[in-house]
Amino acid sequence: MKLYDIAHSRAGDKGNTLTLSLIPFLESDYDMICEKVTVDRVKNHLQQVVSGEIIRYELPHIASLLFVCHNALLGGVTTSLAIDTHGKTLSYALLEMDI
Amino acid sequence: MKDKIRIGCGAGFSGDRLDPAIILAEQGNLDYLVLECLAERTIALAQKRKIKDQTKGYDPLLERRIESLLPALTKNKVTLITNMGAANPMEAAKKVADIARKLKLKIRIAAVTGDDVFKKLETSSIALETNEPVGNSGELISANAYLGVDGILEALHANASVIITGRIADPSLFLAPMIFEFGWSTSDYDLLGKGTVIGHLLECAGHITGGYFADPVKKPVEGLHKLGHPFADVKKDGSAIISKVQGTGGVVNLMTVKEQLLYEVINPSEYFTPDVIANFTTVKLQEIGHDQVQVTGGHGKPKPETYKVSVGYKAFCLGEGEISYAGHAAFERAKLAGEIVSKRFAEGLVISDHPITDIRVDYIGISSVHRTDFKTAPVSPYEIRLRIVGKAQTPEDAALIGEEVEALYTNGPAAGGGVRKLVNEVVGIVSTLMARTEIEVQITIIES
Repeated sequence: MKLYDIAHSRAGDKGNTLTLSLIPFLESDYDMICEKVTVDRVKNHLQQVVSGEIIRYELPHIASLLFVCHNALLGGVTTSLAIDTHGKTLSYALLEMDI
Repeated sequence: MKDKIRIGCGAGFSGDRLDPAIILAEQGNLDYLVLECLAERTIALAQKRKIKDQTKGYDPLLERRIESLLPALTKNKVTLITNMGAANPMEAAKKVADIARKLKLKIRIAAVTGDDVFKKLETSSIALETNEPVGNSGELISANAYLGVDGILEALHANASVIITGRIADPSLFLAPMIFEFGWSTSDYDLLGKGTVIGHLLECAGHITGGYFADPVKKPVEGLHKLGHPFADVKKDGSAIISKVQGTGGVVNLMTVKEQLLYEVINPSEYFTPDVIANFTTVKLQEIGHDQVQVTGGHGKPKPETYKVSVGYKAFCLGEGEISYAGHAAFERAKLAGEIVSKRFAEGLVISDHPITDIRVDYIGISSVHRTDFKTAPVSPYEIRLRIVGKAQTPEDAALIGEEVEALYTNGPAAGGGVRKLVNEVVGIVSTLMARTEIEVQITIIES
């Protein structure tokens, strides 16, 4: 199963930092997602994207996780040579993770 | 003092659609309409336009948006707050006055200035991204402080019905009318935190009404071609109901609101604005009806001592070329083409005035946006587009990259087609901090 099957995500950018929310479709899946989608697993999954530290924030009130990924956007929106300078498509890179 | 106000958001970025704001102005029963049109780099690009022509430098869509909105805004007594002033709020306000006169409408317009701190910026000031002086980044072209609610509040007290700003923190565009209408103290940080949450939820317009949320397989949304933009019914206690105009496309539900709440948030317990450091972790959401989500909670603590300043600098000239391959061995031919162009630059076969660096080769259709395919696409796609991009110091040198891609037409490999070339003078952005005492916010009133 992929994360795509049980959760949704939106990417955001601030400079060279990428943010990825991870929101289970069913709030009852929140605990399972907290247990399975660890920082180490995300780091491994996104090793070709994120060069820096990844911080995971837990938001139990809205049953969601937020991953803040440093040094992830090849310099950031203004000077990156990547085709998607914002990294807007990267929410779906997270959702490709096997679970 | 009111107990409840309705604030709509009719644009979430500079190039946003025009019609959703018109629907909000005509049918939204709004008190305020906000148009958020200024991204991190937009203001530096606007500054470049202002340097060329002192009467320009405001949002390129200002005239079209204002002409289409002013009649309904005036008729329905809706106050417009927008950062479409970009690098030149004064000229933007004059332009709005001209349009109002042409439409025979009498309005009071306020221009909020003071965000342009280019003359005050010390080049030795440290960039947050690099930990080095901002002057080391390159030739500086702009410096704009993210202002808070102050100037907008003054404009509201002066009874302006169109308020045009330059760089202002996005949520502050929404927070100002709440403070004004509810008589909130600007040191009641819990209320400012709640208001900032609501502003953040609205600021990207179609994000929260299911637009950028939509996925036809797992998150289908109806009527995206006529997507409605959001409004919030904000109560004096800082709670709100997010919704949209009936009959428009899109959806407002728990999922769309959650996605937007966490969008571009670096630390959910400390979301910095010039007005407050807001805490998003205590926000609670509840679906209370069709396309209605209630937002409660959220807190705040005292505002930061400094303003954040975005500094624009001339970074480099980007040169780019693209070409397509299709059918048998499409990927192999695209790879060969990429190797040929890379080799020509590496071996000095392309004559440029200055070195061309950072040549990057992307295979669009395989790995261009995620930098990997996570092994989900074992078969080559039927067609593939090769993209080659690099950094140069002059536009002439940058053009060589596209020219090299174009030269693949006759020099091979076989059957490349559909070449596009691009040269772009790239403006970079770094951030720094400036003391509050350095910054003077002013408003200027113009009547039509």
